[in-house]
Amino acid sequence: MMKNKFVWILVAFAALVVLLAVGLTLNPREVPSPLVGKPAPAFHLPRLGAEGQTFGPEEMRGQVWMLNVWASWCVSCRQEHPLLVQLGKQRIVPIVGLNYKEVRGDGGIDTRKMPLEQENALARERAARWLQDHGDPYTLSVLDLDGRVGIDYGVYGVPETYVIDKAGIIRFKQIGPVTPEVLEKKIIPLIAELNK
Amino acid sequence: MSRRLTFPRLLAVLGLALACQLGYAEEARPLADDPVAEKRLQAISAELRCLVCQNETIAGSNADLAKDLRREIRTMIQAGQSDQQILDFMVSRYGDFVLYRPPLKGTTILLWVGPLLFLGVGIIALQLYLRRRNRVIQETRPLTEEEARQAEALLGKPENRQETP
Repeated sequence: MMKNKFVWILVAFAALVVLLAVGLTLNPREVPSPLVGKPAPAFHLPRLGAEGQTFGPEEMRGQVWMLNVWASWCVSCRQEHPLLVQLGKQRIVPIVGLNYKEVRGDGGIDTRKMPLEQENALARERAARWLQDHGDPYTLSVLDLDGRVGIDYGVYGVPETYVIDKAGIIRFKQIGPVTPEVLEKKIIPLIAELNK
Repeated sequence: MSRRLTFPRLLAVLGLALACQLGYAEEARPLADDPVAEKRLQAISAELRCLVCQNETIAGSNADLAKDLRREIRTMIQAGQSDQQILDFMVSRYGDFVLYRPPLKGTTILLWVGPLLFLGVGIIALQLYLRRRNRVIQETRPLTEEEARQAEALLGKPENRQETP
């Protein structure tokens, strides 16, 4: 009787430990995106390094491609960037960079009184310099100065990476830096499958 | 270090307070002339979770994303969208997680029913325990007269028993 009770307490405790252990391995920042399985939201944004030209996702129809959200102020972007540079060299997939709030996102700059042209020029200069310093894996990059397109893509933590199929449907979203494991085990196989 | 409120310090504090006020005023300005819309903005953004600091509402958070989303909600209110349309806009981008009151459906059923489930398990466990205890009480027979006398002899007569200090 007494022994039985202890066994039960032990079992309950073990169950609690398992529950908490599982809870600890989950990342609360990773919120499943409702956009996976939906068409990539349309946008028209100015291109970096090509004054006057814009880019929209419909131009990538018929190709599997990656959209990577980055900014020069984003610290975790530096972590994933070498991987992207390497991937870019392999020419497996075109990577489009979405430069997210280059100037406004930087907490150190007060942009409230900055004229738009000045912000635009500063963003272009900062973004170009960063790509020069860290390598440019992107087929092209676009500038989302006010983060409006970021909202459409449900961006809440830069970097974020999307894999988009030939029909323009988002198939995968990575929140936070792309790790070698995610790249090897998820992204590259997925791209191979979508390209079949 | 002295903590006296000297005049220059007072001035600095007042200046700081004023600066905060100004900052706030600037952010609230777009709808300040429309108190009804501002109230709606407050109500809607209080229903939404800020994804950057997950335990804050979009109304209360000072994160950049929350500011952007408040601006977005303002624009949508000015465009004449309904509260439901605005909430749907957020859910289609960030998922049910942004709602502090998530809808009842397949994936959220555990969230809603979980507490009731725990309550049910608790009630059943309590009932089992009480039933067993009742049985134990009923199975305990009272002392026979002989046993009562023995106990009394060991403990002393109740009226003679001295309280231990």
